Amino acid sequence: MKKTLAVKVDDLTVAYNYKPVLWDIDLEIPEGVLMAIVGPNGAGKSTLIKAILGILKPIAGSVSIYGKSYKKQRKLVAYVPQKGSVDWDFPTTALDVVMMGTYGTLGWIKRPGQKEKKAALEALEKVGMLPFKNRQISQLSGGQQQRIFLARALVQNASIYFMDEPFQGVDASTEIAIINILKALRKAGKTVIVVHHDLQTVPEYFDWVTFLNVKKIATGPVKDIFNDDNLTKTYGINYKVSIQE
Amino acid sequence: MRNDKTRLKTIELKEYIELLFTDYTLRTITLGTAILGAVTGMLGSFAVLRKQSLLGDAISHAALPGIAIAFLITGAKDTNTLLFGALVSGLIGTFWIRGIVTKTHLKSDTALGLILSVFFGFGMMLLTFIQKQPNANQAGLDKYLFGQAATLVESDVWMMTIVTGICLIIMLTFWKEFKILLFDADYTKTLGFNTKTIDVLITSFIVLAIVLGLQTVGVVLMSAMLLAPAAASRQWTNSLSKMVFLAAIFGAFSGVFGTAVSASQNNLPTGPVIVIVAGVFVLFSFIFSPKRGLLFKQIRFVKNRRDLELHKTLAFMYHIAETHDNISHPHTIKILNNFQGYTKRTLQKLVDRGFVELDGNMWHLTEEGFKTASNLYNQQNVSNE
Repeated sequence: MKKTLAVKVDDLTVAYNYKPVLWDIDLEIPEGVLMAIVGPNGAGKSTLIKAILGILKPIAGSVSIYGKSYKKQRKLVAYVPQKGSVDWDFPTTALDVVMMGTYGTLGWIKRPGQKEKKAALEALEKVGMLPFKNRQISQLSGGQQQRIFLARALVQNASIYFMDEPFQGVDASTEIAIINILKALRKAGKTVIVVHHDLQTVPEYFDWVTFLNVKKIATGPVKDIFNDDNLTKTYGINYKVSIQE
Repeated sequence: MRNDKTRLKTIELKEYIELLFTDYTLRTITLGTAILGAVTGMLGSFAVLRKQSLLGDAISHAALPGIAIAFLITGAKDTNTLLFGALVSGLIGTFWIRGIVTKTHLKSDTALGLILSVFFGFGMMLLTFIQKQPNANQAGLDKYLFGQAATLVESDVWMMTIVTGICLIIMLTFWKEFKILLFDADYTKTLGFNTKTIDVLITSFIVLAIVLGLQTVGVVLMSAMLLAPAAASRQWTNSLSKMVFLAAIFGAFSGVFGTAVSASQNNLPTGPVIVIVAGVFVLFSFIFSPKRGLLFKQIRFVKNRRDLELHKTLAFMYHIAETHDNISHPHTIKILNNFQGYTKRTLQKLVDRGFVELDGNMWHLTEEGFKTASNLYNQQNVSNE
């Protein structure tokens, strides 16, 4: 069955000061998968996402979204950065942050209005944060902050979602809430790509996985490629995996 | 300060306000410093939130050689020429800071320190060289070190007003772009905004404001005018727009009060006094602001501790009352002595709140008290959410 390709990456290479962080990455991500990107620290997982989204400049390679360049397809893509990449002491409320998700469609200068506010409130509701809409973001817990970030991406109504370690440092109930939202996105035909730090939960949460360690080790359905062989190739130690059916 | 001003000793407020309308110099300086304070307060908010607080300091110090070189080239000492030189020099310093950070391993604080000290040293060298020239025209360039507000004239004030006006318009137009760039630069890029444009816009305005302020507050102290009002206003609000507005107010008032204080005394330089007033605003804000201030934090802390004692005593009484079918079963007060945290005052407080009733030396829990005690920890969880 030939699926539509949501994301295609060719020969992507990123280097810092002549040191390769990503080397010659070829990746095809079909539409509608919920995919984990895993690898050890320094493997280039965050870098991969940032290079695809144009936040970092690669020294070689190209990225296409549904066959066209990423620049033309921005409206189809939403990004959820790492929680830690932002100063949460910034003077703003939860609702305000979620409304930032509407800024892309508004474009330059135009102000967010009632329509945008409504969309933001709906997104807050979806992640269970509506009671906190006027809360100053520094007063939110880690899990709550993560939900706000997710709501901001949901507002964009994108087809493809890139998330960088969304489960890092969140409480158990937030983790469950988030994975349920991601699964609902997949069910709706969206493509969700997640840099994931916890190997334990890969088989349970995701249907596709990419093993990364500067180079792409393997990519494909979890049931096919999440095995001892690939784990050892990626992490360098003898991993044994058993998947509960 | 000029001679007429040194004759003003203690001024009554009413007289001072009258003077503001009648005395050209006082009015000009007050207006000029107020507008300067407002614009540096506004722009300083952006610098502080971008964690680029010291950039202002580096830029103002880097402006010094530009002033000296402008004089050397043109031989003119008028404000516009010199400030133009300051602008060029300041911009060059800014670009070099950026260049050092992107092209070497050095971090931004190193780059800032380097440019600040090297440019300033070069500037001081040039100033000394100029002083030693036989030409008598060079006197007074060193006023740019600490500012000389008394030399402000109406055209300067107009210049500041125009720049502030343009800055305000740009800020209001691109408000959401500024906000999102300050909060999350990476995310902003993915939305398709050209972050470099916004970045250059913010930085350019900061440089412009600094250069405008050099005449009043001088190279050495200018960074305070960028930082102090914003640091103070941050303590009072959790909204970006209110913070920027309040910073403008604090900055403007620093200018007005600073001018007033230095006008009323002999031998007080205006620039440093304005900076001290701004510093007082900061100190006041750190201590007395309701949400983040030290005083109210301490009060809340003590109140929480007292509430906790109340809750613990109530919980103890609840455990005793639980063991009986009838919660109003009276017990002797003596039992409470088994509880370490028990005090007569706590008991009285519980009675005041209607949780406990006293009868001679017996106590019992009320309905209200029992219900509250059984929900104690649930309530705390809800309120912490």
